[in-house]
Parts: sequence; C-alpha cells; structure tokens
Amino acid sequence: MKREKLIEILQSLSDVMSTSGDESLMRQALRPLLAGHVDEMRVDSLGNLITLKKGTGESQLRVLVTAHIDEVGMIIVDHTTDGALKVRAVGGIDDRLLPGLNVCVGKEQLPGVMGVKAIHHSTAPERLRAIPIKDLSVDIGAKDKKEAQHLAPLGTRVTFSTRAHPLGELLAGKAFDDRAGCTALIALLHGEPFPFDLHGVFTVQEEVGLRGARVAGYALEPDVAFVLEGTIADDLPKKEDVSLTSEIGKGPVLTVMDHSYISAPWLLRHTVKLAEELGIPYQFKQPGIGGTDAGAIHLTRGGVPSLTLAVPCRYIHGPISLLKPEDLEATIDLTAAALRNLTAEQLATN
Amino acid sequence: MNLELLTKLTQAFGPSGYEDEIRALIQEHAAPWADELRTDPLGNLIVHHRGNGQGEKIVLAAHMDEIGVMVSHVDKEGYLRFTRIGGVYPLHCIGSRVRFANGTQGVIYLEHREDASTSPKLTQLYIDVGAASKDDAPVSVGAPAAFVRPLVQQGTRLISKTLDDRIGCYILLELLQQVQDSPHDLYLLFSTQEEVGLRGARTAAFSINPDLAIAVDVTGTGDTPKALPMAVALGDGPAIKVQDPGMIAHPKVRQLLVEAARKAEVPYQLEVLRGGTTDAAAMQLTRAGIPSGTLSIPCRYVHSPSEMVDSQDVENAIKLLTAALA
Amino acid sequence: MKKNDDLLRQLSEATGPSGHEESLRHQLEELWRPLVTTLRSDAMGNLIAMQQGTGPEPRPAVMAAAHMDEIGLIVTQIEEGFLHIAPIGGTDRRVLLGLEVLVHGREDIPGLIGTRPPHVLSTEERKKTVPWEKLFVDVGLPAEKIAQLIRVGDPISIRQPLLALENKRFAGKALDNRASVVALTLALAELVQREHAWDFYAVATVQEEVGLKGAITSAYGVDPQLAVALDVTFAKQEDDSKTGVFALDKGPTIGLGPNFHPQLFQRIEAAAKELEIPYQLEPTPGASGTDAWGIQVAREGIPTSLLSIPVRYMHQPVETLAWQDVERTGRLLAALVAGLESTYRPGWENEGDGPSARSNQ
Repeated sequence: MKREKLIEILQSLSDVMSTSGDESLMRQALRPLLAGHVDEMRVDSLGNLITLKKGTGESQLRVLVTAHIDEVGMIIVDHTTDGALKVRAVGGIDDRLLPGLNVCVGKEQLPGVMGVKAIHHSTAPERLRAIPIKDLSVDIGAKDKKEAQHLAPLGTRVTFSTRAHPLGELLAGKAFDDRAGCTALIALLHGEPFPFDLHGVFTVQEEVGLRGARVAGYALEPDVAFVLEGTIADDLPKKEDVSLTSEIGKGPVLTVMDHSYISAPWLLRHTVKLAEELGIPYQFKQPGIGGTDAGAIHLTRGGVPSLTLAVPCRYIHGPISLLKPEDLEATIDLTAAALRNLTAEQLATN
Repeated sequence: MNLELLTKLTQAFGPSGYEDEIRALIQEHAAPWADELRTDPLGNLIVHHRGNGQGEKIVLAAHMDEIGVMVSHVDKEGYLRFTRIGGVYPLHCIGSRVRFANGTQGVIYLEHREDASTSPKLTQLYIDVGAASKDDAPVSVGAPAAFVRPLVQQGTRLISKTLDDRIGCYILLELLQQVQDSPHDLYLLFSTQEEVGLRGARTAAFSINPDLAIAVDVTGTGDTPKALPMAVALGDGPAIKVQDPGMIAHPKVRQLLVEAARKAEVPYQLEVLRGGTTDAAAMQLTRAGIPSGTLSIPCRYVHSPSEMVDSQDVENAIKLLTAALA
Repeated sequence: MKKNDDLLRQLSEATGPSGHEESLRHQLEELWRPLVTTLRSDAMGNLIAMQQGTGPEPRPAVMAAAHMDEIGLIVTQIEEGFLHIAPIGGTDRRVLLGLEVLVHGREDIPGLIGTRPPHVLSTEERKKTVPWEKLFVDVGLPAEKIAQLIRVGDPISIRQPLLALENKRFAGKALDNRASVVALTLALAELVQREHAWDFYAVATVQEEVGLKGAITSAYGVDPQLAVALDVTFAKQEDDSKTGVFALDKGPTIGLGPNFHPQLFQRIEAAAKELEIPYQLEPTPGASGTDAWGIQVAREGIPTSLLSIPVRYMHQPVETLAWQDVERTGRLLAALVAGLESTYRPGWENEGDGPSARSNQ
C-alpha cells in the first residue's frame, strides 16, 4: 500500500472515538475499508471484528493476526449539582495529562473541557501534586445536574478530541496505540493472499485486560499468532544511560518478554532473520514492561506461539501521540515477510 | 537420594520461557520409563504413562522453569541493566552471579546511592560481565540469564539454587519408576513459565483435560527466626496444601493425599500459605474445572539462590505419591 | 416456600466460606429441587439448576449466577491452645475483634476472636489495627482437646444472627452475596409458574471471593448464550455517600461498561421500565470485580450483564440492605428470562446505539 494511503487510513482511524467496550464507531469505520479484501467478516459476542482472508491453499496453517480497536478514555460515573461530569479512566490514563484538556463527550461528540482550580487559589503543596482523576471533572457547559444528565447520561464515554495531522516528518494523533496496528493489519489484508488462511481480528477491550483477544484466540484456534501494536518510545533526552524502550525511526519493535507473555523464541528468531535478510530495520522492546493481546492469545486452549510487532510511538495513552510513517511501513513489510515465510515444519520442529 | 541427578537438575539452565536445556535433561531421564513424550506449543514436556484402563486420568505437575533475569539495556561502559524473570528480589541479587545461555557469567551489584537506608530497587542494580564497552559486551538486550549456585548436602538438608522447583522435577522422575504398575493414566507435566504466571500448566491442562491434577512444588515454612505463624517445618514431612492465595485445594485431592500419607506411613503436614501459589491454581480453572491440589516440599529461602529442603521430606513425598497412585 | 425474609435469614446464617460451600449447597439443593427440571453440582462445587424452556430445539440457554460463598477465616497454626488465623477472601481485620465465630473442625466449635488487652500495649500499637499474627481464635478448650478437634486448614465462619432493622431493612453477615442467592431463588419460584422459551440455568457459584473461580468454570461448563450475574454493590452510608455508591431501597443497579453487553443492558432496562421496577445505573470503567467479569470471557465470549443489590458496610458482619431491593432483583431477572424470544441474540447490528443514544431516566 502506498504511503499516502496508509497515512490517510491511519489519520481517519485515529480520529474515531472507540473506548474499551464501546467500539462500534471503529467497527463502522473499518467495514468499508475491508470490504472486497476479505472473504468473511463477522462480529462476535464481545464485539471483535473477525475477518478471514482465504489463502492460496499451499499451507494448512491457521494464522491469527490481531490489532486492537479500543483506546483509553473515560466514562461518566456521576453528575454534580452544578452540572459537571465526574469521570473514571477506561484503561490506563496518566492523570497528570488531564488538566487543561479538550475532550469529546459521547457519540454526538459534545465538546467539553477539564479545567482545574486556578493556580492562584492552589496551595504550594497542591501545585506539586498530580490531581487524581476522581478529583477532576468535565465541563460541557451544562447549567445544572438535570441538563448534564440529559446531554451526557451515566456511562457515556469521553475521549481526547485530537484530530490527526502531520507534524514535521512525523504524524500526530490520538490512539496510535493501536490505530497504527489496525492500519498495518488493513494493509496486510489488502495485499496478495497468503499461503494459508489468515484470520485478521480487530480486537476489543485490550486496554481493560486483553479481553477481546482472549475469546477470539479461543474461537479461532490458531497455530501461530501475530499481534500488531503501537508501543512506547521513550527516546526523549535523559541524563541516565538507560533503555529508551523503543526509538522512533528505528523500525518495528519486537517483543522478547513483557508483563503478559514471552515471545516464542523460534518465532522471534524467524522474524529477526528475515529482517536482517531483507534489510528491514528492527529493534527489541525493553524487556519486562507493558503487555499486549499476545498475553491472552498465547494462553488460549493448548497454547499458541505468539509474537508482537509494534510501531514505535511517543506519548501513547495521551491526547497526542507521534509516529514516523517509515516505521509503520517497515512494520507492515516485516510482518508480511514473517507471515509469507512461515512453514508447518517450523511449528513441528519447535 | 540420587544426588547426581539432583545436581544436574538444579544446575541446568532454564529461566521461564527458555527451558530447552532443562527439558532435554528431563526428557532423557524420563524416556526409558514413559509410553509417550511430547512437547507442546509453550514448551511443556508431557510424559505419558498409560494405565490399565481402570484408573483415572491424572496430571502431576512440576515446573521446570526457574526465576532469572533478562538484559534490558547495555550502557556505553558495557554494564547491563536487567529486568526480572519471575519473583526476583533485589536484596537476593547483590553479589550474586548469573549465567547466560552462551556461558557468559556476570556479577550483579548495586550502583552507589546517596541514601542507603532504603531497600534497593531493581533499577539500581546492574550486571558486570567484565566488558569494556557496549560493543565489547558478549550479550545483548533480550538475553536471559539464570543464577549460579551449586548444590550441597549437609546432613539431611539440601541447599541449592532452583530447588523451586527442580526438587519437584526430581520427585516426578523418581516417581515415574515407582508407578510403572499404576492403574491410572498418568501425565507427568514438566511445565514451563510457572514463575511468570502459571502459564505452561494452564495450556497443558487444557490439552490433557485430566480428571484430577496435583502440583508438586515447594512451600514456605514457619520455622525460621521471627517467621510469621505457619505450621510447616523442614523435615516434618511433605505438606498437603489446604490453601494459598491462588487456590483452595479441592477436598477430594486433599483427602487422597492425606489417605496416601497414612497408607505409606509417612509424616505429613497441612499447609496454609500466605504468599505465592502453584500450577494447581491454573489447572483448577481449566475448562469446566478440574479437582486440583498440591503436595508441597517445605523449603526455606524460596527464590533466593540458596533454597533449603530436607531430603527426608523429598523421600517421603515420593512414597506418599507412590501410595496415592497405586 | 418459606416466608421470604425467613429465606434471607436462613441463607445469611448458613455458613459457606470460599472453598467450603458444601453444607450451604445442600441447603440450597433442598430449596431449589421443587422448582427446577435438573439439578447438579460440578467439579468445583457450583450448584447448577436448570428450568427447561418451551422454545424449539436447539434451545438457547441463559445463565444467572449468584455466588454463594462468603469471606471467612482459616486456621494457620495452633499454638498453646490458641488458633492463628489468616483470611479467606477479602476479610477486613478491622472488624474482627470481639466477634463470635464457628470453627469448622471435626465438629463445629464455637469461639471468639481476641488479642492482647490494650492496657499492656504501647500507645503506638493501640493506634493501629491489629495485625493478623496478633489475632487469635479462642475456643475455650484445653490444648489436648483442641488437638483432637481442630487441624491446620480448618475454615472458620463468623456467627451472626440476621437482625431486622426498621423499614424492612436487614443487617447480617454474608448478605454479600446471599441476598442475590435469595433473589435468584425468588426468580426460580416465579419462573416455575411462567412460560419461558429459553432454558434457564440458575447457578450458585463458589469461590467468587477468592477470584471468581466458580463463575469461570461454570460458565465454561454451561456454555450459555446469555448470562446475568447477581451480586451486591456499595450502598450510600454516612461516611461514604458520593460517587460510586447507590441508594438503599431504590432498586438494584444495572452495570454499564466494557464488562456488559450494551444490547443486553438495554433489554434489562426496558424490562425494568415496563414493570415499573426502580433501578439505578452503575457505570463501571473496567473490571466489575464480580462473576460477570469471569463469565464474559468464557469460551468464545458470552454477552453478560450484572444486577447488583446495594449493601452497606461491605465485608463486615453487619452488611445492611433493604428487602425490597432483593425482591425487585428477583422480579427483574424473572421478567428478563420470561421475555426472551427463541430467536433473540444480542448483537451489534444497530451500530451507533451506545449509552448516549439511550433514553434518559
């Protein structure tokens, strides 16, 4: 797929509001992008969008590739008498970045703001303290509780209101974790058929516990699974000589071990070997941090060898993340190569 | 006790997820006594001994992985920063040596700290492999390593790294020879990735789908200075688990083990553990639920490089399990 | 059938710490047997009852799960005739001092929970709650007798009679979650007299308090097309009255969030409106901490919902609820089940219908 097309898809998906458990707008956005490129499409009990791209029939392997369509956000849990909305985080949000934000409330995309007490009225210790989300609220301009309840009922979701756009040589937008992975999976499904049937699944509820991937992994019984992600880049200046987790511009990020799983060593070797043969840059994610859908999938039924490939992104889980289009392209290329060179013998001997 | 075998088992390399060496060793010792062996997608070794068709389908699980570390960063001077594989505590690490799969050894030490009054964090530790620079380092990001510490026998006590749970692996290997006439369809599960979340046992139990499952693993004791109240002591017999934070043992399994202890005339202890759990916790939740329990070997200093068990407890565990499966 | 608050009394006072639900299960079997088509217990000890539906085969199944276990204590060591204890589940040690208990040894042995008197402690120690290792169960028996009757690993439950307060409010132990077991029983009693197309599975689950274990395995075993978990939730009380707590006597809460299927939610809400059963909404951003969380991801995924009865003073021996809320929960569940058409399946057809498109209360 051409870079312009990839960027167009990523930007359009980035703008979609799709917090965990409420991903219908992402499914709606995906359907037309996938139509004609996959042989089957269905939605399961949890809301996973499950597609099948039939293979050439050369291989009987069952291969699963996933990317999650949910994003971190907030949910309305209460209304104050003054008409403010009390919220809680859906997924892992950094409380420190919420004050002063513009947000989108509900599917009607009502604009809202998250202001805090003025610095003039804050004590010195208050200024040093990160304000927990339970002490924040969203103001949509409602006059009173009744109006707030009417405009934004309990359970309504709130997201960052960012619109994706280019920034220098990079792309800026919300929810690149995991719209970057979604874009990569779309590109793979748009490509030539693979030797085997490819089950491409756009999973739900990753951010609240890898829930969608778990049931999809169980249902599809794959032999091998690849998970496509947008992952942490910590490549800002720092004094200590410590891991950057991953770096923008250095190619796809391969997981060796994170909190949720350990990559099947043979699958990792297979992918690294291809990257080196093809001259695709790659990097290893700092071991021991984060978790992905692979954590759920590899434990389904009798176990599934799994590997996560990710596009390095700065500022994930925040209102604006950054990525480099070249990294997205390299992630697609490496995943495609890893898939096309996968054989049943490798599985039998490892 | 077959000290030669136990020495090999405790010294074989096998941090969680990287169990190839220990699996090959166990496979070699189990093969002559097994009807069938297989390795599954997560690397579990499943040793099958067929029964006479009258018995039950039983899994006995001991995990073959060990705790360890993994390189997370190599700095300019060639020092390695690392993350934990499983429950590794900073205080146990300082001054310890680790060995990588390629044979490289390293010393773990603590960077200088202005405030030395608090317990160090893992991020303040580093591994020194004697490298002069980043390019000179013989290992790179993602390389796993295991702790180094030999096995010694002192009286009835055995001291080594990785008795958690190579002592369980030892017991299963010895047991395999004792249960050749068992009526039960036995699956000895040498599981992987227990230390990072009971992962191997979970998938293996799903594929085996047994009637009953027993984990053989170590447990803590209450017999050391100022220990919290716990009625388990080294040398007082294998412990039959009642509860730990991950599992309440199925009464049927508990009863089976208690009766076996009586039949085999070996001492036993009942165990309520406050921290930690075993593969049984994962096996229990397989499919529609599998009656599960644990036979524990009392062990001091669990997850330090010098774990200590009593060889009589080990011998008695083998007798107890032999009686349970007769 | 018994008078309803007698049922609450019977089940609140029955004992069943997690993993030790057997005697409670037997009591429930007696209560449920006249109401159901089949009754069985599974490997974990879940009680699974089924009322057969009248729809054509293959008949879909709806499962309602209420956990029957309660938090409790367990003997960890016996020292000089005193019992050292540890919690089973999330027992709050702040409320244990001075309580009467039953030790389930070779027989049920009454005892109480004590610690050293304040007079001999330092001021600092008196300001802190008593740590586990300094709490003892005293059964008033000599050490030799105790050795015959009690072993390490014996479970202990709190002894507490159900107390009737004003306005048909009740206080007692284990109302988390016997209140829901009562509601489930009321639903069975109603549905035995009503036609329903779906098979209805009522499951009294075990070991919820130690990790939703019975729900995880029973959902796999029953393999339903729909599920509703019944549990309790936090009620407003004098010292906790803001966000995330719900009024007593204003009806059960219905869960809203990732754990719950939006269309099933809408259906339950519509049933409540139709019957004019008051209800409250409980938005939950992630893990609900209830059986619903385990059930939803069983096998290929199960559309799940949650009804919760507000209870004050959670995990204390004085859990307090309003009887009406129990009854309303039972009625709402029965209405949901009876209203399921054979062909109904919650799906995602009306993409875009989220909570914000819902009619307001």
